[in-house]
Formats: sequence, structure tokens, C-alpha cells
Amino acid sequence: MSDKLIIAGHEFNSRFILGSGKFSLEMTKAVIENAGVEMATVALRRANVGGEENILDFISKNIVLLPNTSGARNAAEAVRIARLSREIGCGDFVKVEVINDSKYLMPDNYETVKATEILAKEGFIVMPYMYPDLNAARALVNAGAAAVMPLGAPIGSNKGLLTREFIKMLIDEIELPIIVDAGIGRPSQACEAMEMGVAAVMANTAIATAKDVTVMAKAFKLAVEAGRAAYLAGLGRVLDCNAEASSPLTGFLED
Amino acid sequence: MITEKTSIMQHSGDMEVIDSGIMNSVLALTENYNYNVHGNYDVQQALSKDVLSIGDFAALLSPAAANYVEPMAQRAKLETRKHFGNSVLMFTPLYISNYCENNCVYCGFNCKNKIHRGKLSLEEIDNELKTIAKTGLKEILLLTGESRKKSSVEYIGEAVKLSKKYFSTIGIEIFSLNTDEYSYIHQCGADFVCVYQETYNPAAYDKMHLGGPKRIFPYRFNAQERAIRGGMRGVAFGALLGLDDFRKDAFAAGTHAYLLQQKYPHAEISFSVPRLRPYINNSGNNARDVHERQLLQVMLAYRLFMPFAGITISTRESAGFRDNVIGLAANKVSAGVKVSVGGHEEEAKGDEQFEISDSRDVDAIHQMILSKGLQPVYTDYIRV
Repeated sequence: MSDKLIIAGHEFNSRFILGSGKFSLEMTKAVIENAGVEMATVALRRANVGGEENILDFISKNIVLLPNTSGARNAAEAVRIARLSREIGCGDFVKVEVINDSKYLMPDNYETVKATEILAKEGFIVMPYMYPDLNAARALVNAGAAAVMPLGAPIGSNKGLLTREFIKMLIDEIELPIIVDAGIGRPSQACEAMEMGVAAVMANTAIATAKDVTVMAKAFKLAVEAGRAAYLAGLGRVLDCNAEASSPLTGFLED
Repeated sequence: MITEKTSIMQHSGDMEVIDSGIMNSVLALTENYNYNVHGNYDVQQALSKDVLSIGDFAALLSPAAANYVEPMAQRAKLETRKHFGNSVLMFTPLYISNYCENNCVYCGFNCKNKIHRGKLSLEEIDNELKTIAKTGLKEILLLTGESRKKSSVEYIGEAVKLSKKYFSTIGIEIFSLNTDEYSYIHQCGADFVCVYQETYNPAAYDKMHLGGPKRIFPYRFNAQERAIRGGMRGVAFGALLGLDDFRKDAFAAGTHAYLLQQKYPHAEISFSVPRLRPYINNSGNNARDVHERQLLQVMLAYRLFMPFAGITISTRESAGFRDNVIGLAANKVSAGVKVSVGGHEEEAKGDEQFEISDSRDVDAIHQMILSKGLQPVYTDYIRV
């Protein structure tokens, strides 16, 4: 059975997206292989184009690049970074990231919607990073987003699915792929997100800060696959011991 | 003329006065900071918290916390990894002029010192930049002494424009400017500003800064805020540890940065931790001396208090110390440093501000970072 992740018509077998900002470069390659990813983010501000130590040289050509606009503090900056990334050959995918707070690094949904609208009109495949707010997600749909990437917890925090209930709303109400972007700290949390029905999971810090990053990459791959399989299988009802009423409540119906 | 007789609190001439409450808050908090009241309990409490308060920061800088440097380091390493991953930024400073009108008693550039003064011509700056760029570095910090006559804002602006040709990230460490001047320098291409208050104790400041514009305490204090208002992206803070009571000064620099970031949430914050080394033959052990252990405690306290802030470790420190604090607390190192005026390409035109301790070139620092399992990063900023 084919179960592909489809983003704006592009098909992916892997539902795990790798963030690359926190690795050592030579490790990136091994992690990509072990995690079986087909899409990896690239911070354009780190892409030392023409210089030494360019991250683009460490990501093999068959991986779809998801350049992000990290460093952008408002919509205008995000738009300019996205255009620049297209100019240097990073393709049409862009992860819009607008952060105007250096302490908590919370995404600015309002500016994100604005940037998404402009970039979608210019033909970008826009995957906006956002705080999981249903209204903002709807606005992103209207703005032309190709996926919605809510955070599970503050970026880098490894705290898991703190926003679980709000992500569930997005899964239920938003037609686009929902991809949990930040905060996933361990494979079990990635697995849980997939079980809930998100389309894909992204992680970076959790792997980059593991003792053995390649083994952790593999663990994430397996967790995402397991979670997806569970979602497709349909989770069995989880009953607690008192849940089954001994006498039927609807026995009075006469038919 | 600003002389010893001028009040350090009196703005003079064209110095812009901004409406800000930050200075008064920092001075009041610092005056009331008695680090001896903090005990083990306070330190343990601070270490158990997710997000630290100013009170927790105070505890981590206390003598009581000196016994907790190891657990602080353990936690700091995690925070550094969480926020910066494996990356360690590299940059180099370029001194373009060492003319100075200030009389700061501890500084090599002091206007009373008979040192070899010099200033690079724009052509010489270009040559220096070109030579530095060949090392692969993409971030440069331009420095001058304080002389609006010899190194004017326009001159610095031209140097910034030249830097833009070769570098993706440009910072300045020059005299304090007005908001519109920061805005001008920002338009020329610089985004980061370093200003160090040296000491936050007004009485000590008074004794150390005997003349020149730097003597005016509040004008210097509010420089970062003017820079942010002028459109700069990031600002660096620091006290010259050892000039006065280092615990109070480190506390003040931290709260200064903290309150500024609270007021301007987008501002990128970083710290530098320059210190005056204790004299080797100084008899006895002065509690206020800043040895490596104390310096590390300060760095760790900054890291835990503002885990997202950058920390730069200077070449004033030994190679051994620098190698061990990167990835632990520091996330940025200088390399291939010359503290003379010029000297990368052409012969130096002016004497050094201080002596450096770690003279390794860019390749050596690059290899050292790699050998620690970390990633040297040359560019982490895109100007759009």
C-alpha cells in the first residue's frame, strides 16, 4: 500500500524531516542516511556560499532542501531571505520562520501569514513554522501555504508535545499536511505525534545533542515509522476498567 | 572639555539623552546586591529552575556558588548545546585607529600614554580586510579608540562599507554614538555593536575615567539602547572584570542586558568577559581577584541566566582556557587576532591596546574547534 507524504504534489516516502542547524557538518551526511530522510532544512544564513565549510556540500543531491528563513524578524525579511535562497539554487521549497523574540524564539504568526501570502504568490512552496493556533492556521491555508508546521514545544527545548491539544485541532480542521516542527525531544514523542495523525515530524536538537547522533537518527526514523503505522492501523480503544457499563443504558429502546 | 572635574552624570555637548529607566533600575539593583547573603540553598534553587530570575542570577554569582562551579558547568553545557548546537562562531577584530581622547587609567590607548598612534587610510583598511578575508573569515569587528576628530563617524562608516565587500557580518567596537549615528553606521552595513561599561559602580567609574567623553557614565550606559533604536540588530555587554568588585559588575552587566532584552525582545544579546588579571606577585589572595575559576563562574552564570545570549571569549585568555570554555559556555571565539592598528597585511601603524595571550591563526582555531567535536561556523547571519 502506498502511503506517501505529499506536499504540493511532491511525494516523499519518509515522514521524518531533519533540521540541520545544530550538527557538525560532516555528521550531517551520516545522520541523513541513518534517519532515512528525504528532506532537510538548511539555514540560509549558514550557507557559506562560495566559502569553505558550506553545508550545501554535505547534503546529497537527492535530498530535497528546505531552506528556512531563520534570522528573519518580520515578513519583509523572510521574503527577502526566501528570494535569495531561490537565487542561489536552493529550489522552491521554503520554510518560513519569523522570530522576533530572542529569548523564547516564539514564531510570530501574524508576520508569518504575511510572508506566506507573498511567497506563495511568487510560486514558492511555503511551509510556515507557527505557534499552533487554529485561526492562524486557517489564515495560512488562505495565504497559500503548502503545509503547516506547528511547534510541539519551544524550539530546542526537547519538551515534547506540550501543545498536543492544539495540534489535534489543526489535524482535525486543516486539510494541509500538519508537520510538528519544534520541541520534539525523544523518539517516543515523535511516535506519539505520528500516532495522533500528524503528517510528518521534524527534529534537530534532539538528535544533534544525543551522545551518539547517528544511532539517535535511526531511532527517530523507526519511531516515526511506528507512529505512522499505528495511526494507519487505527488505535484500538483504550478502555479503563470502569468504562464498560454493566447494564446497557439504551435497553429501554423498544425495537 | 570633559575633565576630572566634570560630573560623570552630566551629559555634555551633543550627547543625546534618551528617556530610559534601565540605568536607574540596574544601578539600584546592583547597589542592593549583597552577594554574601546568598547561601547553598539559593544556589541549589537557581540550579533547579528552568528559567532563572534576576535573584537566581545573583545567587549564581555569589561566593557560595563558587562551590557549585561543576554543576553549573554541567547545566551550562546542556544549555549551550540546546541553543547553539555544535556551532562555534569565528571572527576577528580589526583596529583601524588608536587615537584617543579619553583618559582611562587602565587602558593602553589612554590619551596620556606616549604610544605609537596611527590610523589606517581607506586603502590600507581595504588591504587589511582583503588579507583577513583570505583566511575564510566572514565576520569582522572594527575597532577604534575614541576620537571624533581622528576617527570620525563618517570615516568609520566608510570602513564599514569596505567591510561589506568581504564580510557577511560586521560589528563595531568604537566610541558611543547618538541614535542617528548608529542608524547611519547601520545603513553603511554594520549590525552589531559592542560597548563595555567597564565598571557599573559610578564611584569607581569616576576614578578610572578621568577625562574625555567616555567619562560620561549614562551616555555610555545607554549606548546599547540607542544602537537598538538606531536599527542595530545585536548588542554586546561587558564589564572589565577586576576593575572594581567583579561580582557586582558582572551582576550589573547581566541585569543591564536582561532589562534591555525585556524592553526590546528582538535584540540579540551577547556578553564579553574581559578581565584584568591578578598580579602574579600580588601578595595574598584578594577575594576580588578574578582568576580563571572566578571568570568561569561569571561565564556560567551568564549562560544559565540568559541561555540564548552569545558569549565571546577573547584572546586575552590563554589557549587552554579558551579551548575548554567553548561549547561549555562560550559560543564565539576570535582568531588570528592583532590588537595593533592594522598589521594583518601591512606593518602595524600603531601600538597595541593590550597583550593577547592566544595568538593562534584561523586554521589553528578551526582545527581546535573540530578536535572538540564542534563545528566552526564562519557565517551565521544574512543581511537582507
